[in-house]
Amino acid sequence: MYKFYETTIKTQSMSLTEKFFNLNFMYILFISLMAATGVTMLYSAANGSWSPWAFNHLIRFAFGFCIMIALAMLDIRLFMRYAYLFYFASLFLLIVVEVEGHIGMGAQRWINLGIIKIQPSELMKIALVLALARYFHTSSLQSIESIRGIIPPALMTLCPAFLVMIQPDLGTALMLLFTAGMIFFVVGVQIWKFAVVIIGGLLALPIAWQFLHGYQKNRILTFLDPERDPLGAGYHIIQSKIALGSGGVFGKGFLKGTQSHLNFLPEKHTDFIFTMLSEEFGMVGAVFVVIVNFLIIAYTYSFAMKSNSYFGKLVAIGLACNYFLYIFINISMVLGMLPVVGIPLPLISYGGTVMLSVMSSFGIILCVYINRNINIGKD
Amino acid sequence: MNRDNDKGKVLINRSLMVGVGKFFLLLCIIFRLYYLQVYQADKYKTLADENRISTRLLVPPRGLIYDRNGEVIATNRQNFQALIVAEQTPNLQETLDAFKKIMPLSEAEEQRIKKDLKSNKSFVPIKIKDNLSWEEVAKIQLNAPDLPGIIIDEGLSRYYPYGEKMAHVLGYVAAVSEKDVKDDPLLEVPGFKIGKSGIEKLFEKKLRGKGGNLKSEVNAYGRVMKEIEKNEGVPGERVDLTLDVRLQEKAYDLFTEKDHSGAAILLDVHTGEILAFVSAPSFDPNVFSQGISNAQWKELISNEKNPLSNKAISGQYSPGSTFKIITALAALEAGAIKPDTRFFCAAKMTLGTHAFHCWKRIGHGYLNVVEALKNSCDIFFYETALRLGIEKIADMARRFGLGSKINVGLENEKAGLIPDKAWKLKRFGEPWQQGESLISGIGQGYILTTPLQLATMVARVANGGYEVTPTFSKLTNYEKKHIKKINVNPNYLDMIKEGMYEVVNIPGATAYGSRFDYHGIKMAGKTGSTQVRRITMKERQTRILKQEELPWKYRDHGVFVGYAPADNPKYAVAVLVEHGGGGSKAAAPIASKILLEAVKLDTSLHGIQPEKVMTPLKFGTEVVPSE
Repeated sequence: MYKFYETTIKTQSMSLTEKFFNLNFMYILFISLMAATGVTMLYSAANGSWSPWAFNHLIRFAFGFCIMIALAMLDIRLFMRYAYLFYFASLFLLIVVEVEGHIGMGAQRWINLGIIKIQPSELMKIALVLALARYFHTSSLQSIESIRGIIPPALMTLCPAFLVMIQPDLGTALMLLFTAGMIFFVVGVQIWKFAVVIIGGLLALPIAWQFLHGYQKNRILTFLDPERDPLGAGYHIIQSKIALGSGGVFGKGFLKGTQSHLNFLPEKHTDFIFTMLSEEFGMVGAVFVVIVNFLIIAYTYSFAMKSNSYFGKLVAIGLACNYFLYIFINISMVLGMLPVVGIPLPLISYGGTVMLSVMSSFGIILCVYINRNINIGKD
Repeated sequence: MNRDNDKGKVLINRSLMVGVGKFFLLLCIIFRLYYLQVYQADKYKTLADENRISTRLLVPPRGLIYDRNGEVIATNRQNFQALIVAEQTPNLQETLDAFKKIMPLSEAEEQRIKKDLKSNKSFVPIKIKDNLSWEEVAKIQLNAPDLPGIIIDEGLSRYYPYGEKMAHVLGYVAAVSEKDVKDDPLLEVPGFKIGKSGIEKLFEKKLRGKGGNLKSEVNAYGRVMKEIEKNEGVPGERVDLTLDVRLQEKAYDLFTEKDHSGAAILLDVHTGEILAFVSAPSFDPNVFSQGISNAQWKELISNEKNPLSNKAISGQYSPGSTFKIITALAALEAGAIKPDTRFFCAAKMTLGTHAFHCWKRIGHGYLNVVEALKNSCDIFFYETALRLGIEKIADMARRFGLGSKINVGLENEKAGLIPDKAWKLKRFGEPWQQGESLISGIGQGYILTTPLQLATMVARVANGGYEVTPTFSKLTNYEKKHIKKINVNPNYLDMIKEGMYEVVNIPGATAYGSRFDYHGIKMAGKTGSTQVRRITMKERQTRILKQEELPWKYRDHGVFVGYAPADNPKYAVAVLVEHGGGGSKAAAPIASKILLEAVKLDTSLHGIQPEKVMTPLKFGTEVVPSE
């Protein structure tokens, strides 16, 4: 059992300069590589032009980079301290968005702060990880293994997931559920409980089906059989596979992807950017992106292992899970292995919110890394 | 403390499990990439090319058709169309309304335009109206500011400068129908036209040429981004016919002047080359290649003179007295009569219980074969046929091209009919009657011939017994030198020709009224008339009705076969005038004028330059395929 005084005694203060040189530069290099790939592909998506996407993407990355460094410089205990506050603030924003959406008669995912638009569901992805990490940091294994002990974190997960689901943003809702699920798993919730939830979920599937929107049902049906509607919903997947497959091993060359440049490939600058990359740079380019992303995740895991604090470990693993889900769902989706759910490829797809949210995650992960020697008490 | 350590260990163990799971999931992605980009790459490359490359067939210009003197008789004319491009007009309806003010559109046309506009992308030009005249094109261009998005496009359409005069020879082109064998991708091109009859059909392969390809890169919306590859194809080859437009026109006009229905064929007796080939009345093939209206079609098929039927090869008629040429030849060959054999014509002879009449009610008295031909005496040929029998007559008829198809290459050619004993037994199950030989001897009864067969017959007589076959293609020198000779005594042929000369050139003979003497050049021939109704006993006893008194449908057909020059034959003609009321009256004058025109135009016969009667025809700019 930790004693109260231990937290204060073990406090070590590092100067900002020390912290800066403690950053993992290899990790930052991998991140920058992916962002550069994004800029390259967005340049190609605009038929060889910096506008409208490539330049903006670069600016956003630069902005995100600053946020990442800033977050990395913070004291990890601050994240612990404000985890719940941040969580509830995000939850509140989700509710605001929901209410505004009802008033504005339509799907609403944004809060406009004037300079930037904030998507509370993206904030929630980080907030949930921090909140769960704090919760499990303070609870004992006994409590984790008891039913009673996992009711609060379960509620913490389900409330935002539900709010996001009814936005409706099935993809993000599932990401929240999967991330939380993985955190539950790693902290030691018994496997039989997962089995119960999975079986229960499968049984509830027919009921859930009723609540899905028409386009969501269509996407799932189309995933199961893309030829069902080759000019309608199946078009994206069919064209994506054609683009990918025709790229071959070495690709058609930069700016030479016929499927993308002749507009057969939809959403080539957002969700389907990986397809365009695979068309122009072939399997070589595609495998490169997968490997670099794998390295980013592997590094995050090693940071988690090195961290002295349970909170830090859990935060890094949770955020790694979140990042992995982005990568895996997006790529599987364009490869026709999962239904089209509207999840972008972080750092590469065009989009400000995701850029901001993943760069913040990397900031927090780096913070965990820098503060790896700090022990955190259970307060 | 232990529990906390356990908690940390659990975290590490479970994290590693999750990490390994993630690793395998990413491995799955790599396998999937390998499957799509290496294993199935070829399949997807093909699909991507199918997406990107659009191939359009380029229609080659159709080959032109020329007459023997190099006059164009079938050409391609520029066809102006008004098209509309939806995306280039701010308000479709307004533009269409403005267009209607300049040029009215029928309800059906407007419906079609709207349907086409709906089912095509907005950058695809849609046809509003085609076959525009120069004036209409000028009007549209003048009003261009009110007609945004309307463009004038030019294509090619088939044009026959001689229209109906050549229709039965040239045929026409029309849209490909369900029945046509689609052995060429060109046939799938919308609006493509193929030869549906006549020379256009006979030489379809040659005239069509080979389609070219235009490969272009298109984007997802079908818009052409750039041309990748262009293959012009091969234009259709030219076709040279043996026809002479001057003679063809002359012959056709001779029919239409008197509103006659019938056929005329003019052959070169030495080669069988067809110089004129007329079936009247006719139709305008240009209407067919532009698309015929319902009213026009109904008019054509309800006309009692049957303009769509090619009477020169599809019409089967009794040859009438023109067949006496065959009977006389057969009898001389068989020795049934000698050149000096004379029979007595008393206007009537009886065989069993049957009476057979001569056309001349007072009879001809004694005559030999030449005189019998000259006067077309029926009794002489009854007697001859009686001694000869049908088999010998039929055999000679076949040697001269009767009773079987000539195979000139046009559709619906009929074989005619030369009866014999075996045929009758097979057809009616009854034996041949002697009386049937008699009427066969004067070309009546079962015998049927087409005008083309009659022309063949007379050409073979005129050329001294060479087996020429009518054709639209010029003969090669080798072919000219290797024409078979018919097994017939030339002396007997000369006797027949003497008779034919007298038919035209001796006063009182049947075609004396149609004779000509052009610087010493004369013609020879034989008239014929065939009844299309039976003359009743009662009528014969009272008074046979004059032809003019009968309704058109019941009048006799008039036939004439002849050749010129009489002393050194070069041109043979056969003319049939349906219900013309007799050969000397209707057919001989036409035949005479055709032969005279042929003789006049042939300077090799007399060295006299013909007056320039041809005026250049006016028709649109022609496009001659490059060779």
